Amino acid sequence: MPDATGLELVAQRVRDAVHEEAVVGTSFAYDSATLVVAPERTRDVLEHLSRSDEEPYEHLMSLHGCDYLPEEPRLGVHYQLMSMGRRERIAVKTRLTTEDPRLPTVTDLFPTADFQEREVYDFFGVVFEGHPDPRRILMPEDYEGYPQRRDFPMGGEPVLFTHNEHKLPRWYD
Amino acid sequence: MEITRSKVDRKPEDFRSRQLRAQQMLRGDLDGTDLEEYVEERLLLTKFEDAQNWARKNAIWPLGFGLACCAIEMITVIGSPRNDLSRFGAEVIRFSPRQADMLILSGRVSIKMAPVIRRIYDQMLEPKWVISMGACASSAGMFNNYALVAGADKFLPVDVYVPGCPPRPEALMYGIMKLQDKITSEPNEGWRERYKSAGTEEASDSSASSYGRPEADSQPQAAGQDAPRRTPDDA
Repeated sequence: MPDATGLELVAQRVRDAVHEEAVVGTSFAYDSATLVVAPERTRDVLEHLSRSDEEPYEHLMSLHGCDYLPEEPRLGVHYQLMSMGRRERIAVKTRLTTEDPRLPTVTDLFPTADFQEREVYDFFGVVFEGHPDPRRILMPEDYEGYPQRRDFPMGGEPVLFTHNEHKLPRWYD
Repeated sequence: MEITRSKVDRKPEDFRSRQLRAQQMLRGDLDGTDLEEYVEERLLLTKFEDAQNWARKNAIWPLGFGLACCAIEMITVIGSPRNDLSRFGAEVIRFSPRQADMLILSGRVSIKMAPVIRRIYDQMLEPKWVISMGACASSAGMFNNYALVAGADKFLPVDVYVPGCPPRPEALMYGIMKLQDKITSEPNEGWRERYKSAGTEEASDSSASSYGRPEADSQPQAAGQDAPRRTPDDA
């Protein structure tokens, strides 16, 4: 695990190798190092971190979406990288708006990203450009909407309890 | 209907004398009241439908089909000697819907799974019954959200609902016994007759499809082949 100083060194190496504005910010909290990167540079940053960095993180452990509803930009996509040899982890985060969220795919770098990108598309509506099979993976294919977004209605049916009985008038009909 | 057996023979007879009477009968020596008594002793009178329902009731073959965590409980109820469902004739799990009589919806029914379940149900032959096991299959339970169908009865007819999360084995067995009561007391074998939903067939040629057997005289309300099919609005 890189410490806060090591994280800044990683960030500077990424800036030098990829682009000056590839890294938007860094955060080090709870012993976890996180690089916040610009969405259009995500793939380049991951390629550099996993292949050509002097301390590479070659393994993608997880790729998942997130919705930070009150904040803008709302959507987030997180990549958890790990170096098996050094037993070190680093997180790469990127933020997207809900209007036309697009990211470059990383399936060519990490084959495991295939299903996980489909899941993020399924639940958050993030389109991964260049994905070989960009379909929904868990919800039915004709499903409308992205159910894990926080403004998506909960669904289901109201259940009668004593505490909400007065809110469901004439439930017995 | 209850099938009862009572002893007709009033005289206390020992085994030897009954054996001798059987010999006489086979020789043709019995006649008159003796012969009548002899025959009455050995006959069990019932209606054909009752005998049929009695046989069906005691040979419910469940489909080997599980949906979620309730399936584990369902398997222990049906398959384990501890609960011994063979006492009630419902332990022969069939893994083909063509051979199964009962579908136990054991677990969550997701929106994606609903058409699959419906197709399996349609593949089962009449007569067929459905038990909705547990809170999830009956009402989506604690997973009351975008992914699940709140109540499997939205897309197929359910006969018995067993509450619980998961139900105790005794509860599921009680549900199966309730279903047995329903089978013996309900003469209609097809679910469209049971639920008065003739005319809702999905086949394109609705006049050619006939669910269940031709109507008996005891059910004058059901439509035959020539009569116009009843729709749910007429009921």
